[in-house]
Amino acid sequence: MGLQAYLALAAVVFCIGFFGVITRRNTIGILLGIELMLNSVNINLVAFARFSGDVTGMVFSVFTICITVSEAALGLAIVILLFRVRRTAMADHLDLLKG
Amino acid sequence: MTDAGLHALISLLLPAFSFLVLAVAAPFRRLGRPAAWFSILCAAGSLVAAGIAWNHGGDAVSRLTWEWLPAQGQTLATVGVLADAESTVMLTLVALVAFLVQLYSVGYLSDEPAPSLGRYYAYQSLFAFSMMGLVLAPNFVQLFICWELVGLCSYLLIGFWYWKPEAARAAVKAFWITKAGDVGLLVGIVLLWRQSGTFDLTELRMLAESGALPLAGLPLITFCIYLGAVGKSAQFPLHVWLPDAMEGPTPVSALIHAATMVTAGVYLLLRTEWLFALTPDVLLIVAWIGAFTALLAAVLACVQDDIKRVLAYSTVSQLGYMMTAIGAGFAAAGFFHLLTHGLFKALLFLGAGAVIHAVHSNDLPQMGGLARRMPQTAIVFLVGTLSLAGIPLFGGFLSKEEILGAVWAGGLTGPFLMLMLVAFLTAFYMFRVVFLAFFGTAGATHASPLHPHAHDTHLHDPPMTMALPLWILALLSMAVGVYFTFVHPETEFTSPAWLMPAAVGVAVAGILLAWLTYQRRAIDAASLAAAFGPIRDAALKRFWIDDLFEGAYGTVLLGFSRLIGWIDRYVVDGVLNVVSAWTLTSGDDLRTMQTGRAQDYVYGVAVGLMILLLWVRWALA
Repeated sequence: MGLQAYLALAAVVFCIGFFGVITRRNTIGILLGIELMLNSVNINLVAFARFSGDVTGMVFSVFTICITVSEAALGLAIVILLFRVRRTAMADHLDLLKG
Repeated sequence: MTDAGLHALISLLLPAFSFLVLAVAAPFRRLGRPAAWFSILCAAGSLVAAGIAWNHGGDAVSRLTWEWLPAQGQTLATVGVLADAESTVMLTLVALVAFLVQLYSVGYLSDEPAPSLGRYYAYQSLFAFSMMGLVLAPNFVQLFICWELVGLCSYLLIGFWYWKPEAARAAVKAFWITKAGDVGLLVGIVLLWRQSGTFDLTELRMLAESGALPLAGLPLITFCIYLGAVGKSAQFPLHVWLPDAMEGPTPVSALIHAATMVTAGVYLLLRTEWLFALTPDVLLIVAWIGAFTALLAAVLACVQDDIKRVLAYSTVSQLGYMMTAIGAGFAAAGFFHLLTHGLFKALLFLGAGAVIHAVHSNDLPQMGGLARRMPQTAIVFLVGTLSLAGIPLFGGFLSKEEILGAVWAGGLTGPFLMLMLVAFLTAFYMFRVVFLAFFGTAGATHASPLHPHAHDTHLHDPPMTMALPLWILALLSMAVGVYFTFVHPETEFTSPAWLMPAAVGVAVAGILLAWLTYQRRAIDAASLAAAFGPIRDAALKRFWIDDLFEGAYGTVLLGFSRLIGWIDRYVVDGVLNVVSAWTLTSGDDLRTMQTGRAQDYVYGVAVGLMILLLWVRWALA
C-alpha cells in the first residue's frame, strides 16, 4: 500500500469528523468529531514520517495526542459546567451570541 | 534700529499692554475708575512715544520687523512697524485723539456702573492698539489684520449699550456693511500677492515705481483695495452704517467714527498711492464717487434734527472730500485734510457730547440758547464749526482749499463744482446747528421726558476731565489754522488765484444763509424747506438708500438664505438621511446572519477556507 492510501484514509476520517462537528446537536458529539479530525492529522503525520524515513512526524504525533487529551478533558469540563448552568448540552440551544 | 521705529513700537505696545491687563485681570477691570485711569496713563505714555517718533519720523524711514508665517524657506509676512513721515504723523494723531477721548470719557461716562466702565476702557485700549498697528503696518497682512480688529472694536463700542435694541442693531449693521468692503480688500491683497509675490509695502512700492509690476489685471486689484476703503470710509453706497453708528457713546463717535477708524480707508489709499497711480481709471472712479458722496451726505446733513447725525453725515461728506483729492492724484492734500479734520471733528463730537451730557437729548429743537448756560462749550464748538466751514485762521481752512486746488489741478471740473457746492452746504448745516443749539431762544423744553425735573440750572459747562480735552483740541485746531494761514506748505500743484476767495466766499454765503434763516428769521425755515421740497423729502428718507439695503436684505439675501436653507434641509440632509436609513435597515437585515450557533460559524469558516483554496488553485495558478 502506498502513501496515497493512508492520505485517503486520513481525508475520509477528517471529513467524517468535520461532518460530525457541523451536524451533531449534542456538544459531546461535536467534541468526538473534533477528536476524529485531530486523529486524521495524526495519521497524516505518521504516514509522512514512515514514507520519508524521518522520525520528526512520529514525535509530533505524540505531542498532538497529548494536547488532544488535555483538550478533550477541558472540553468535557466546559460541557459539564454548561449543562449545570443552562440545563442543556444541545449546541443549537446555546445561542447567546444570536444577533 | 533707529529712534522713530523704537518709539513707534513703544507707542503701539502700550495700549496693547493696557488691553491685556484689563482683559486678563477681571477684578481690576471691574473696579471701573482705577482701570480707566490705568488705561489713560498708558494712552498718555503712548502719546509721548508717538510724539517722539513723529519728531524723528521725517529723518529717515525706519523699519522694525520680525519674521512671521515662514513658508518654504522664505518668510510670507512680517510683523512690526514701518515708521516714516506719513505713518508717524498719523500715529501721533491717533494717539492724541485716543488719549483725549479716554480722558473725556471719564466725565462723560461718570454715571456708568464700574464693571461697564472697565469694559469700555478695555475696548478703547484694544482700539488704540489696533489702529496704531494699522497705521504702522509694514505689509498688507498686518494691515488687514488690524483693519479687521478696528472693525471689531467699532462693533463692540457701537454696541457698548447693548441692551438698547437700536444700538445692537446699529453695531451689526456697521459690522456687516464694512465687512462687505473688507472682502474686496482681502481679494485685492491676495491678487496683488499673486501678481508680485510679496505683501511688503516697501518692496511693492519699489516694484511699482521701477515698472516691474505687471500692469495686466492691476485695475481690478486697485479697485478691490478701493472697495475696502469704500466700506471703512463710508463712501457711497456703503455709507449707510456711519449715521447709525451714532448709537454708541459720543466719545466713541469722536474717536472711531470721526477722527481715526473711518479715515483708515483714506489712509490706505494714501499708503498705496503709487499703486493707484498706475491705474488712472480707478482713480477717476475714486474721485467721482468721493465727490458724489460728499454732496449726498452734505444734503442729508441739512435735514437732520439729531446733532450727532448732522456730525456723522458731515464726516461722510468730509471723507468724500479727501477721497476726491486722492482721486485727483494728489494724495498729500487728502492726507492734510485727514489730519486737520481729525482734530476739529473730534472737537465737534466731544462738544456735542458735552451738550448731550447736559441736555440729556440729541434733539436740536430741544436745545437753544445754550451759549449763555455753557459758554465754554459754545466757544469750542464754534471753533470746530469755523474749522469745518473752512474759514481762514481756523483748522480746516487751508486743507480744504488745498483739496479744491488739487481737484481743479487734476482737471476734474465736475467733482470740483460738486465740492464747491458741498463747501456751501457744509457752512450752512454746521451753522444751522450752532444757531439752533447755542443761540436763539431756549428750546421748547430743556427737560427731556426722561428728566422732567431737570431745571435750567442743571445746564452747565462740563467737568474738568471733559473740558480739558475740548480746550486742547480747540487750541490745536486754532494753532494749525493760524500756522498754515501764514506758512503755506509746499504743494505739488498750483491753485489758481481766484480759488481761495471763492472757497471762502461760498462758506461765508452758507453761514449768511444759516444766520438769516435760523438766527434773524428773515427767511422762513419752512418756506426755505418748501423751495427744496422734493429734495428735502427725499433727504428725509435718506434718498431711500437705507431702504434699498433693507429691501435687498429682506428679499434677495433672506430669499437666498431660505433657498440655501431648503437645499440644506432637503437635499444635503435628505441624502444623509437616506444613507443612514439604508444603513440601519441593511444592518437590521444582516443581523439575522448571526445565528449565535457555534456550528454555523464553523461552517462559515470551512466555506471561506474552501473558497480561499479554490482561489489559490485557480486564480493564482
